[in-house]
Amino acid sequence: MDFSFTPEQEDLRREARAFLEQHPAPTMDQLAELGWVGILRSDDFSFLDAAVLFEELGRALYAGPYLLNEVAAQPGDDVWSIEIDGFVPHLDAVDLVLLPDMRGAVAAGEVVATVDETLGLGRLSPNGAEAAAGTWPEVERRLLAALALEAVGIGSKALELAVDYAKERQQFGRRIGEFQAVSHSLADAYVGVELARSLAYWAAWCVAEADEQADVAARAAKGHAGEAAVAACERAIQAHGGIGFTWEHPLHRYYKRALWLEGALGYGREQRAEVAAYLLPS
Amino acid sequence: MDLRDTPEEAAFRQEVRDFIAANLPDSSRVRGARRFEDADRDWSRKLGEAGYVGLTWPKEVGGAGAPYSHQAIFLEELARAEAPPHVGVIGVAMAGPTIMAFGSDEQQARYLPKILTAEEIWCQGFSEPGAGSDLASVRTRVEDRGDHFVVNGQKVWSSWAHIADFCILVGLGLPDAPRYKNLTYVIVDMHAPGVEVRPLVQITGHAEFNEIFFTDVQVPKENLLGEIGGGWQVAMTTLLHERGTLGFALAATLDVAVRKLLALAAERGVRDPILRDRIAREWIELQALRYTNYRALTTLTKTGIPGPEGSISKLVWSEANQRLTKLALEILGSHAQLTDGTGYSDGYWQYQQLRSRGNTIEAGTSEILRSIVAERVLGLPRSR
Repeated sequence: MDFSFTPEQEDLRREARAFLEQHPAPTMDQLAELGWVGILRSDDFSFLDAAVLFEELGRALYAGPYLLNEVAAQPGDDVWSIEIDGFVPHLDAVDLVLLPDMRGAVAAGEVVATVDETLGLGRLSPNGAEAAAGTWPEVERRLLAALALEAVGIGSKALELAVDYAKERQQFGRRIGEFQAVSHSLADAYVGVELARSLAYWAAWCVAEADEQADVAARAAKGHAGEAAVAACERAIQAHGGIGFTWEHPLHRYYKRALWLEGALGYGREQRAEVAAYLLPS
Repeated sequence: MDLRDTPEEAAFRQEVRDFIAANLPDSSRVRGARRFEDADRDWSRKLGEAGYVGLTWPKEVGGAGAPYSHQAIFLEELARAEAPPHVGVIGVAMAGPTIMAFGSDEQQARYLPKILTAEEIWCQGFSEPGAGSDLASVRTRVEDRGDHFVVNGQKVWSSWAHIADFCILVGLGLPDAPRYKNLTYVIVDMHAPGVEVRPLVQITGHAEFNEIFFTDVQVPKENLLGEIGGGWQVAMTTLLHERGTLGFALAATLDVAVRKLLALAAERGVRDPILRDRIAREWIELQALRYTNYRALTTLTKTGIPGPEGSISKLVWSEANQRLTKLALEILGSHAQLTDGTGYSDGYWQYQQLRSRGNTIEAGTSEILRSIVAERVLGLPRSR
């Protein structure tokens, strides 16, 4: 039993974090230069390598089609998105869209206004779709795990911002982190994010190994991580007081992404209904 | 990352399973109740003889010198088999490691072997009526009389004290010294004159722990652990072990409870989507706790220091166990009040639900544990 990433994967994490600090909005070409594009189609990498990148992209609040393109894992040089719950993220930034019936459609349609303004969410125009590679259960499993990992990145970054603030901000002549009403709320956020991290890594390992529990692990992780990320952001906003509620402060961007992740492919309640069906078949 | 047992771990797991199958009579299985009185001396002795007690203790002191993963596997298999707990848990998990860290060679030779064989049982004399979470404010006196100590005072919440042979006791050694530098940590013979034990009945109706009264109890000088006035440091080592090695045992008992919950839900044919949502939530929480422990264990194995995420295990477990047992009562419905064996439950869930209320208090209240996470893991400023 070894529940840790390899030294190479930890190097990849450091490299990714450093790169994304310098380039928070990288293009697909830039990511391709790093060797990150097509990672799940390469025999040199496993889903656990991709997992490190998905989490770091979440932390960095990356807004682009990279994660969905990797999860779709289609052959060729086209950039893919995936239709999720009837909508297509980053519709304008991709060439093709993978549909749940495992056909690939040309990315054409209308981008709509969304709460998370960075989603580029679009409605696909009907067009002649062609058969794509793979099966939907495989894609869905990878997608659930990837969204869980992105949510872990979001949640841990929001918590970090809140902890940093609670160490500095003074009221009543004390740092607000000394007040247990503040510190215990952040401790609860930590608990939620760390449990989500354990589930997300478990799911990533199950997907990488095509383990028999991969489906239920991915659903458990996605349901828990989406909720934990939202809770961490909400606690972070509360800990920041008024400034956390402003457009100027970055927290709302993390929060809006967390809200998207919580709902994508079904809220926690919907994931748990599937888990219950697995545990208690009727 | 590989979440499967290594071939060596798998072999050890099989060995433990075979041992349990051969040595644990069906009658002493506790059906997961883990009630205090189910602990069994014969069973504990057999575990010791087979080398399963003190698995991670060094070989020089009679342990197996095994990796932490073996301890985790052993606890998982014990729980899976619904085997009774070891009767000497305070000695094995708290007194023993403290004696290894602070005890002289003579103390180690005197006490450690009989902890492993369950020949001598230990209890803990830390909490007092006026000193619960605030351990540093204990008032029990450990007075230095030159050639011996004299102990006077009262301890409380001492599990196993009614059958214990020794007590690890922290008391006021230097009343005039500053806080945290005034405590003395000694080993007290529970059979010495002046030691009186009174059982305390809990909300379950069971007497699981005790009050201990010490009246002019003479304690030999060689029973000192650490230095006079250095008791706080020794006590922290004891509590570190209480919290540090507990995670796997907790996840293993929660595993048993979740299996029973699923069996109950299947038997009752639970269709209510809200109940099913809550059942799934507890199963997911169990997986999260288990894999969080695995993460902490991997860090411990690789660096010798448990990962910070391990500090949340007891907090997460205690609250999960409270939700889960309450959920079971709701599934029992109108039978939740019945304890006469005519209902869907033989009284197991009713007992467990009441017992679970202690989980967020014992071994560090949830409030103390949240402060530990805030201050030591997140690095927030101290609140007191």
